[in-house]
Amino acid sequence: MSAEARTIAELGRALRDGTTTAEAQTERCLEVIAAREAGINAFITVLADTAREQARAADRALAAGDDRGPLHGVPISLKDLLDLRGTPTTAGSHVRRGHVAGADATVVARLRQAGAVFVGKTNLHEFAFGTTNEDSAFGPVHHPLDASRTPGGSSGGSAASVLAGMSFASIGTDTGGSIRIPSSACGLVGLKPTVGEVPTTGVVPLSTTMDHVGPLARSVEDAATLFAVLLGTVPPSRRPLAARDVRLGIPREYFLSRLDDGVAHAFDETCARLRAADVVLSEVQIPHANDIAPIYLHIVLSEALAYHGPMLEERPEDYTSGVRIRLEMGRYVLAEDYARALRGRQVLQGEVGAALGGLHGLLLPTLPVPATPLGAETVPMGEADEPVRAATLRLTQLFNLTGHPAITLPCGTVPGGLPVGAQLVGHAGRTNDLVDVARVLESMISG
Amino acid sequence: MTVDQWLRSAVADAERRGLPELVSLLRMLAGATIALRAADWNPRPDGRPSVPTTDER
Repeated sequence: MSAEARTIAELGRALRDGTTTAEAQTERCLEVIAAREAGINAFITVLADTAREQARAADRALAAGDDRGPLHGVPISLKDLLDLRGTPTTAGSHVRRGHVAGADATVVARLRQAGAVFVGKTNLHEFAFGTTNEDSAFGPVHHPLDASRTPGGSSGGSAASVLAGMSFASIGTDTGGSIRIPSSACGLVGLKPTVGEVPTTGVVPLSTTMDHVGPLARSVEDAATLFAVLLGTVPPSRRPLAARDVRLGIPREYFLSRLDDGVAHAFDETCARLRAADVVLSEVQIPHANDIAPIYLHIVLSEALAYHGPMLEERPEDYTSGVRIRLEMGRYVLAEDYARALRGRQVLQGEVGAALGGLHGLLLPTLPVPATPLGAETVPMGEADEPVRAATLRLTQLFNLTGHPAITLPCGTVPGGLPVGAQLVGHAGRTNDLVDVARVLESMISG
Repeated sequence: MTVDQWLRSAVADAERRGLPELVSLLRMLAGATIALRAADWNPRPDGRPSVPTTDER
């Protein structure tokens, strides 16, 4: 990656003042992929030739005065759950063997129209149904900072590709935290928009009422740029907020009660920095927080099974064993319990909405632990161990249930250097307001 | 169907289908289902109060 251009915004300036080219930056990304991919396994498909062609075309267009905007000539990666015309969409599974997308997903078409360069399709937890990337037909993704650990998932290849310098940003999906979890574990900014804002046409589904598409990036500004393109809109002109005008609620009970010591320390330090900048922090409650996991489980299992049921009958051996067996659970969820879960979701929607009353957002850690070791089934949490899957979903899945937008920002590290993320949650349908808050707090939260 | 009845039936079916590794997950799901059914926001036919949604507040 160019020393001069770390972010999309910086690259955009360099492209336009002539100090670099899209071709040169794409070549740098491809060089990093060539050098580090064997140790990280971030990609399922590297699109070197087409990326070079796209980059050269972007340079020619820019020279001719055809400027498509802030993504013009920017090398990015795509989670291999999104259709890119003419390439396979594997979803990390042998089930999709032989698939070739006939058309771009709606969001991919928008990115293409905006001039983005696609360097490749990234590895993921099979069918996005997991938080570690260990269950992929293409092998696990390794954390770029520590190969013995997972980068988080399910968009783990996306996060690893950005952290390692293989792309400037990536597009992922988030059904229980799959953008925010790997972004947090890799020290990136990850945005899950409000449910329904960004189209999922051409994206392999997991849970149709909880799937979201969004960006993983190196800054809030970059995430905002990508979000605007995913929405198909021009980035709005915004009135800057002052930190002293920002009011945030911290849902301490349940959300902060079981954290890794290093994560708790980093989050406390973040709160102290925000208070020092006159951000108003107050405590809020989600009264039925203990019901989040049971409600989420019944909905995600039912909706995933609705999609995968026929294939589980036909070709069960084509799934990884871990994903297959968890999908099988969906067969046993009773309709009455799915209906109860839908009722519970309404209750939680109301409680998150009430907690946000009079505030700009909620603030909580994104993950209760740093990146977990590959192969770990549990993580130590205080005096007890907690299953990795439950722990990694615990602080993010609520906002897939309720649909509220959420963004994770890096907020320090644990001893040893693994990143910690802080999560900001905004009002439903007001994702750009959330991004504004994140923008003004970014330097304070990131320390 | 009670959760106990459901669990016995589900475990028997999983074993019949040759999926013994599913049994521990079904026990975990049973725990989640017990919690779901015990939640105080479930509407009750006997008219006892349940937690109102935001729209009802």
